Amino acid sequence: MAQHERPLSPFMHYRWQYTNTLSILHRLSGVFMSLGIALLVYWLSAAASGSAAYEQALRCLTSPLTRIAMFGWLLAFFYHLLNGIRHLGWDLGYGFERAVARKTGTLMFVTAIVLTVLTWLCISARITASVSGGLL
Amino acid sequence: MSLQSPLGKVLGNGAAKEGAGHWWAQRVSAVGLVLLAPWFVMSLIALGDLSYVNIVSWIASPVNTVLLSLLVLTVSYHAQLGLQVVVEDYVAHKGIRMLTMLVINFTLLVLGVLGVFSVLRIALTGNH
Repeated sequence: MAQHERPLSPFMHYRWQYTNTLSILHRLSGVFMSLGIALLVYWLSAAASGSAAYEQALRCLTSPLTRIAMFGWLLAFFYHLLNGIRHLGWDLGYGFERAVARKTGTLMFVTAIVLTVLTWLCISARITASVSGGLL
Repeated sequence: MSLQSPLGKVLGNGAAKEGAGHWWAQRVSAVGLVLLAPWFVMSLIALGDLSYVNIVSWIASPVNTVLLSLLVLTVSYHAQLGLQVVVEDYVAHKGIRMLTMLVINFTLLVLGVLGVFSVLRIALTGNH
């Protein structure tokens, strides 16, 4: 019996390109941010438990390690937000042309990095002010 | 000629038996978050210092109480929908897939309820 060509899964014969890179980053940033929900709720529940619990939580949330992780969360946030808006545009039928999608992809990526750096500097300054202001 | 039954035609559901419900819910919650998430980040920046008094009085103001509760609920829901797609795509074993989804769903539900409870507790007990 003749051996037929079996259909292959797309990932086995498409070359790696920017579209699937942005797509997998959207998933990764989403999964990473899901972990951040625990941090957000920890912060809120500490505030609801009184000043002593809140100050302990703030000490933990403003540690150098968390501040570095915060950069990652902000990057994931802005990336996911801006790329998500791109996705919603596609769902409405806009921006799917090759040249346009490439342009919005680059614009989104650069904007995400700029917004992340600006926001991180801003929040980092707030934390430093809170620490040196004797709050902690 | 279609082999689909008249009932199947009317319901419009494919092999997953749920139609576009999951897809649509993910888009609706995404639109909500496009509004809520930037509001939250900008508020944090506008807050000044992160002291207890400052944070608690910010949470307790009615508009912030409502928006923050909506944010916690919407973000948990959106994460549940998104993580489900990732798990369904990459976890091949049916039992492990079901167990993973159970853990994710329960964890996000607990976090969502705890988050909203915390916000409401601050807003309603008024010990600030």
